[in-house]
Amino acid sequence: MPLATRSAPRPLYWSVRRELWENRSIYLAPLAVAALALIGFVIRLAWLPGRMRVAAALPPMQQHHALAEPYSFVATLLMATTSVVAVVYCLDAFQGERRDRSVLFWKSLPVSDTTTVLAKASVPFVILPLLCVAVAWATHLIMLVLSSIALLASGMSAALPWTEMSFVRMSGLLLYHMIAVHALWYAPIYGWLLLVSAAARRAAFLWALVPPLAIWLVERIAFNTSYFAAMLQSLLVGGAEAHVMNSPGNVLDPMTTHVTPGAFVSSPGLWIGLALAAAFLAMAVRLRRQQGPV
Amino acid sequence: MACIEAHDLRKTFGTTVALDGVDLRVEEGGIVGLIGPNGAGKTTALNAMLGLIPYQGELKVQGRDPWHERARLMRDVCFIADVAVLPRWMRVGQALDYVAGVHPRFDRARAEALLANTTIKRSSKVREISKGMVTQLHLALVMAIDAPLLVLDEPTIGLDLLYRKHFYDTLLSDYFDRKRTIFLATHQVGEVEHMLTRVLFMDRGRIVFDRGMEEVESSYAEVAVHPERLTAARALGPMHEREGFGRRILLFHGVTRLQLESLGEVRTPSITDLFIAVVGGRAGAAPPATT
Repeated sequence: MPLATRSAPRPLYWSVRRELWENRSIYLAPLAVAALALIGFVIRLAWLPGRMRVAAALPPMQQHHALAEPYSFVATLLMATTSVVAVVYCLDAFQGERRDRSVLFWKSLPVSDTTTVLAKASVPFVILPLLCVAVAWATHLIMLVLSSIALLASGMSAALPWTEMSFVRMSGLLLYHMIAVHALWYAPIYGWLLLVSAAARRAAFLWALVPPLAIWLVERIAFNTSYFAAMLQSLLVGGAEAHVMNSPGNVLDPMTTHVTPGAFVSSPGLWIGLALAAAFLAMAVRLRRQQGPV
Repeated sequence: MACIEAHDLRKTFGTTVALDGVDLRVEEGGIVGLIGPNGAGKTTALNAMLGLIPYQGELKVQGRDPWHERARLMRDVCFIADVAVLPRWMRVGQALDYVAGVHPRFDRARAEALLANTTIKRSSKVREISKGMVTQLHLALVMAIDAPLLVLDEPTIGLDLLYRKHFYDTLLSDYFDRKRTIFLATHQVGEVEHMLTRVLFMDRGRIVFDRGMEEVESSYAEVAVHPERLTAARALGPMHEREGFGRRILLFHGVTRLQLESLGEVRTPSITDLFIAVVGGRAGAAPPATT
């Protein structure tokens, strides 16, 4: 049997790889942002020893803010980048292959529509959040090493940035935040965008916005209420509130933020959102099966 | 087991009837040509067989229901659609990696060997190579898949003469290497007729003609009739009559060669002439002499 000598097919693995081949911005965008952040940080290093002397005179909390701020800022920047990449990716995921007719090639191979949808969904749900954490982790490490070198070169102790920034805890917090908010809480958003991409023949961006606006409008005029708008608002910002308790400051600063995973997993909003996301993806599978080239 | 089995296959798009009750049985082996004018329903029929569109009626391809088992069916069927559909961003090497990764019947060494005969570079992107080369690449990928059924929909459309010839030469040598069924839809009859073992004509959503090539050769004949024998020839009931080389050329079905030889020069009609006789007549484009 000649088939036995060939390696077993791995459609999901190769489908994910092909997404990364096609959409190189998935990893190039975060890397480019990290590179820009590092360039800025290197310039900033010139003033670091002076800044450290000023900071030494500040109360502990302000000292902490002054030192940790660039790190949480870089992490936030990377999060924003991967979110933008995720939205752009989702809107084009299914429309792109129908527009260039390559869907006929993909469908000529023994890869099911479910596998294809899961592979495409894995980009916003798994790959981008993990990539964001990994790039942030590497960037933070480089920033800490550069700070240490700058401080040692001016005869100061290199310990303070490491303790104030608490590298391990910030990485852990970022990972938790990416999984809780970006992968799980925002799941219905990405699910919706993927569904719109599978359904719309063109202008996916408009189709993504029109139905929510229409529901809001009808509700507003018919009942003079705005439950739907409140729901959308909780979808956009509720995740951040549900998964941590933080005093004013950056959500990624472990000194001021306390994670509340118990409250997060028991919040009904999370589960309603995940159910919606699953429904959207199931509909996307059906549409992928039915839709031909546009 | 039949390769393709369709019974009363129907498909409508809105009010347009694309398939109007197609009955078809294709046994394993052979090169079957599905010939029809534009809009006859060829692509719709192929799309139904490939699980790309839902349909009414019964349809089994390689013993499977295409619409509900497309992914599984695609292990046993490979196809090239009517236009270049390889993703333009893909590199040749990536295409090989991907198909090798997802297809259990893909023989990478064979694909590499086929590509070695071309000037296609492994690092090129599909968008960077010519249309003819894209088709060569697609053909190399498909030829390396050891699937019992190969479906082609106007595979050489837009290609120049050399690429077309190369395409069909490759196809034919592969066919003789290993018996598989090739189902080919085209309206470029001339370039495929010498390789077909069976010919189907499709018109307005129906199969209107279905013969093995041996039967075509044995029971259809075309006569360039001597002018003085025209009345006698017409009395034998030709299915079609046309003008050619200053003679009336009459097409007969089921009339022995012996009877015809006294009327003029007898030869086997080309598929094109047969097609015009069968489908052209239905479309009302044929001269009144045929009716």
